[in-house]
Amino acid sequence: MAKIKIPENKVQELKDLCAQFKNEPGELINVLHGAQGMFGYLPAEVQEIVAEGMNVSLAHVYGVVTFYSFFSMLPKGKHPISICMGTACYVRGAEKVLDEFKRHLDVKVGDTTPDGKFSLSCLRCVGACGLAPVVTIGERVYGRVSPEDVKGILGEY
Amino acid sequence: MAKYKNHILVCAGTGCRASESEAIAVNLKRSIDENNLENDVQVVRTGCFGFCEKGPVVKMVPDNTFYVQVTPDDAEDLVLEHLIKGRKVDRLLYVDPETKEQVSDSKHMDFYKKQIRIALRNCGFINPENIDEYIARDGYSALGTILDEMSPESAIKIIKDSGLRGRGGGGFPTGLKWEITRKSESDQKYVVCNADEGDPGAFMDRSILEGDPHSVLEAMAICGYCIGADSGLIYIRAEYPLAIKRLKVAINQAREYGLLGNDIFGSGFCFDVEIRYGAGAFVCGEETALIHSMEGLRGEPTVKPPFPSVSGYKGKPTNVNNVETFANIPAIFLKGADWFRQIGTEKSSGTKVFALAGKVNNVGLIEVPMGTTLREVIFDIGGGIKGGKKFKAVQTGGPSGGCLTEHHLDLPIDYDSLIASGSMMGSGGMIVMDEDDCMVSVAKFYLDFTVEESCGKCTPCRIGNKRLYELLEKITLGKGDEGDLTRLRNLGNVIKDTALCGLGQTSPNPVLSTMDNFPEEYEAHVKESKCPAGQCRALMQYVVSPKLCTGCTLCARVCPVDAISGDKKMPHFINTSICIKCGACMDKCKFGAISIQ
Repeated sequence: MAKIKIPENKVQELKDLCAQFKNEPGELINVLHGAQGMFGYLPAEVQEIVAEGMNVSLAHVYGVVTFYSFFSMLPKGKHPISICMGTACYVRGAEKVLDEFKRHLDVKVGDTTPDGKFSLSCLRCVGACGLAPVVTIGERVYGRVSPEDVKGILGEY
Repeated sequence: MAKYKNHILVCAGTGCRASESEAIAVNLKRSIDENNLENDVQVVRTGCFGFCEKGPVVKMVPDNTFYVQVTPDDAEDLVLEHLIKGRKVDRLLYVDPETKEQVSDSKHMDFYKKQIRIALRNCGFINPENIDEYIARDGYSALGTILDEMSPESAIKIIKDSGLRGRGGGGFPTGLKWEITRKSESDQKYVVCNADEGDPGAFMDRSILEGDPHSVLEAMAICGYCIGADSGLIYIRAEYPLAIKRLKVAINQAREYGLLGNDIFGSGFCFDVEIRYGAGAFVCGEETALIHSMEGLRGEPTVKPPFPSVSGYKGKPTNVNNVETFANIPAIFLKGADWFRQIGTEKSSGTKVFALAGKVNNVGLIEVPMGTTLREVIFDIGGGIKGGKKFKAVQTGGPSGGCLTEHHLDLPIDYDSLIASGSMMGSGGMIVMDEDDCMVSVAKFYLDFTVEESCGKCTPCRIGNKRLYELLEKITLGKGDEGDLTRLRNLGNVIKDTALCGLGQTSPNPVLSTMDNFPEEYEAHVKESKCPAGQCRALMQYVVSPKLCTGCTLCARVCPVDAISGDKKMPHFINTSICIKCGACMDKCKFGAISIQ
């Protein structure tokens, strides 16, 4: 992966974030939530700064980042698409909806389209089971989605 | 609240908000202002009503008219017709599917009739962002009474007498857990609320936190007093932004009112609550893993003992209870242990909240006394199977549970009866499946989940589940043989016996229970390479019946890969080497000419 350069002011912001949590190793997950909020993802360079700020090894930070599915080391697309794969959505046909998104976007789950517009992921239950199957794009929630709806939904963006 | 004559309750739970309930509330307010009713009518955004299938829900108080599937455009009519002219808006009333009659009061709806609401007592009644409304419904009075009149030991005795068991799934007696933590000696103890609801298809904890956050805070303070802790932590999924927001509002309000913080009710007792965020790991629902996650580590479980009640967060005695368990506590103190005990069954007292979802008519959140049968839940409350299809199975307990069949429909639901029949209570997800669901695929679905969520610490779970998944994959592709069925069973039992934590020990349940209850389905896959439910794509072919096909060409036009050919008004033909088995042609055919073989 190509190395990215983090601007000085952002480096300072990250250090301030660590200080806000008193550089206490036990607060690592809270700091990572904050860092992902700043950058949208957690590239290795960000993890290096966090490791230093929280007085833990880079391996420890990497271990935590890769353990939790909420943290991502890859940037998301401009419009992140998430297909709910909770059981309620699954039995109401979420897999077919997912296949249709994969086909239209020509990407795998977890990837971003080459133009950076859409990224595709699955999530486990947003708890809107009455609307199954559910798809979220950014903040917007689409309920009772059928494979035929997919083209129209993508057309909105 | 007293000065308003009317209240309009708008469901602001996650489900209804996803169908624009916020816009309904905004439009209602605008229309109320336009008609100069702002001093008489108040719009209240409440927590979940439970009837998610018919959302967004709007309820008029005091006449209790229950409007369903409301859109933002209906807001004006609700104000002009219902409030000003006093006429019900008929088109938004619930219609009973059996009698075809309109039902305006929710207590006459089949969905609500058999429910008893204890944990959900305030959800859908109060504005969760206003502490006064919680207090008006006796909120914090249990805490006040306990601090004023009871010793910790006598308070614990009430919980023990009530027979309350952990609602997170394990069913451990709550009073006993509190007593053990009380008896552990330490300078510092912690109360932890487990709100890491990871079961796909379960959303009761989220709804309680969104609809009635103070009940959990009050219960945590009571627990703190009982065990001797001054510090509480709520571990909540980062995927629940609305619940987090409402919790933060509730914590701040409780602090302002002196109900959290120092010297609560002038008793000298101090207690405060902090929020910790999960980051998407199912295993963190396991209490030792949850504690490691709160310490900023990977959420890996450790061997018990020592139990958290002896050595937990930062090595100190920690009492971990689930959200729903806590939500029951204030009600038990207000109404007494005997009242609670007489609800439910002998060994499982009280009620349980279930998230009813899947192929059932009334998807939603329900609360029923323990001992209610599956039939009552699925057919009376749930309104039966969607589309008039045949009931096949109900999955309880999420990835740790099992599938129950028609034979189990009259089983009274409680912790012990579910375990005895090869499933478990779990957090209360209940997914209904119909004749179109393939049980091998369902088992594979859960294994896929477990493989992804296994933390990788112990070998049986990390590698064993992966192998189980591969065997199931092989079977659904039609490449399995009878030896695979034996291998599945043996491996499943080994994982159950040897995995480190609850996640691994229960992960083979979906496989073993479907093998027990649907052996013929597994056999059809391996012996005849057939999927009786017609769901395993590799085992099926779409074919056109030349007799029924009219040659309308619709199927050829909807086929995304041009696999269908044929002349106009002549029977069509599907080229199976190109067909991707998406099913679009079958859905579109008006003559029922396309079938799966």
